Amino acid sequence: MSRWAIRCDELTKRFGDRTAVDRVSLAIPRGTIFGFLGPNGSGKSTTIRMLCGVLTPTSGSGEVLGYDLLTEAEEIKQHIGYMSQKFSLYEELTAEENLSFYARIYGLSLERARRRKEELIALAGLAGREKQRAGSLSGGWKQRLALACALLHEPELLILDEPTAGVDPVSRRIFWDLIREFARRGVTVLVSTHYMDEAETCDQIGFIFFGKLLVTGTPGELKARTGLPSLDDVFIQLVNAQGHFSGQGGGQG
Amino acid sequence: MRRRIRFKWGRYRAVVFKELLQIRRDPASLGIAAVMPVLMLLLFGYAVNTDVDHLPAAVWDQDKSFQSRELVRRLTNSGYFDQRYQVEGYAALQRLMDAGEIKVAVVIPPDYSKRLDTRRPADVQILVDGADPNAARTAVANAQLIVNHLAFERQQAWFAREGLNPVAQPLQAQVRVLYNPDMKSLFFNIPALIGLIMQNVISILTAFAIVRERERGTMEQLIVTPVRPGELILGKLTPYVGIGMFSFLLVLVTGIAWFGVPVRGSLLLLVVLSLLFLVTSLAIGILVSTVARTQLQAMQISFGFILPSVVLSGFIFPRETMPLFLQGLSGAIPLTYFLHILRGIFLKGVGAAELWKDILSLAGFALLFCAVAIMRFRKKLE
Repeated sequence: MSRWAIRCDELTKRFGDRTAVDRVSLAIPRGTIFGFLGPNGSGKSTTIRMLCGVLTPTSGSGEVLGYDLLTEAEEIKQHIGYMSQKFSLYEELTAEENLSFYARIYGLSLERARRRKEELIALAGLAGREKQRAGSLSGGWKQRLALACALLHEPELLILDEPTAGVDPVSRRIFWDLIREFARRGVTVLVSTHYMDEAETCDQIGFIFFGKLLVTGTPGELKARTGLPSLDDVFIQLVNAQGHFSGQGGGQG
Repeated sequence: MRRRIRFKWGRYRAVVFKELLQIRRDPASLGIAAVMPVLMLLLFGYAVNTDVDHLPAAVWDQDKSFQSRELVRRLTNSGYFDQRYQVEGYAALQRLMDAGEIKVAVVIPPDYSKRLDTRRPADVQILVDGADPNAARTAVANAQLIVNHLAFERQQAWFAREGLNPVAQPLQAQVRVLYNPDMKSLFFNIPALIGLIMQNVISILTAFAIVRERERGTMEQLIVTPVRPGELILGKLTPYVGIGMFSFLLVLVTGIAWFGVPVRGSLLLLVVLSLLFLVTSLAIGILVSTVARTQLQAMQISFGFILPSVVLSGFIFPRETMPLFLQGLSGAIPLTYFLHILRGIFLKGVGAAELWKDILSLAGFALLFCAVAIMRFRKKLE
């Protein structure tokens, strides 16, 4: 088994003549939390979507959990859990019905589905909300339900696209405690965010800007390399070094 | 090495179950499914009746004789005219006609009976509101027929009184109307309505069901699961096949039992071919969903498709009288062939031997649409 959960080489995505992701190369070791940072429209979501097999790369290659990104996309999907930045469960269905649906989609046996649902409901603090329609849950609950659905099949890799955007600080804290708990159990986590306090606690971070991956390393390394006191300052310096922060080339979250 | 992940019934069933739950909790789509067919059926069964009879009429009888009353009685007894007003003068007639109170006015001159008694030709004036050409044509034709008939009778009576043998009319058309002898437009409309309702309900619901997943972002979540496109599409469509068959049976039973439309041909053939059309409609819905990004767009595209199919399929206007260009367009609409099949089986009692051309065309459309729909529906977001 390869020691890399994700490895990609010169991954590129163009929409028409706009390059959303420009030759991004990444190597994420198993069992780590990798924080993917960058302003809105920098290409975070597009990169993540390519890694999940939602979008086909224009060029480049990659491997996720040892499966080829281009030819074994369906295999990858069996082994990853994904949560998009927009709430994407069925609002008309109750929390439990959503969980049951995904359990069946992932082909869990009845017994395993029951056990996993119980575990995750307890872990995500959803007890008592099982019969509530997903649409009527508040932000933090929704996020945790979506996380629970993504974790039903015990994926080796969890990919989270801005999971805490627009969620209150308390829910954000609970959510990150959950993520760390799963990382502790050996799940690799790729998470995009633009909260610097979240980035600080990642094992590794990568900063993407205008589709280009500018830098990767541990938070400590990045600060030491630049001699700056906070990640905020590091990234502001990186952006300034690029010489522009105009709106061009944006889009695609 | 590419390992194919096979179609799994478990995942298919999960999608079906989820879709059923959603349909049950979404009154809007259930409403379209249940209310639209009934509404259209009642609308076309009662309101859109192209049979013209009981036209409101006013009579200005200046003669007020036994003879003039006989004429009015003949007109009203035909069932085509209802005498609503008895007036004096053109001004009154004009007022009623302007107000839309009457469609027909009959003016009998003061010397009507006197002229008839002295065997001089008499004139009766019939005024018709021509704004609605269909009603006007019926009124003119029937008024003429009734008056001519009366005139002929009168002539025969004169001859008889002179001691002459009644003369036979030299020429007479022996008309027999086949298939729908009473020429009830209901019998023509209801079978066609089955096709129209199925097409609309099925294609709109299908398009909505798929576009909704994309619009709400649930499609993105599904794409990262191992679900196969085939499982997803078939699973999503299955409930709508059920709803479509329900709509079909609803209209069929109501048409037969309530409106008394006869089924002269094979009911089994009708059901089998309706299933074929159902598949075509589903494919249309999927096609719409591959183009539309939002439910609103899906609605607009569907209407862009439904309107021409109502006008061009022969549902209301006969195909044969259309300009050649429109006839060609009409040939590109699957509903055209299905309507032909429906009316053939319902009214003419014909079978596959007579309808094979339509059946082949319909099957061709079903295959083509399904192929394009499956090709276009990929498990990617772009």
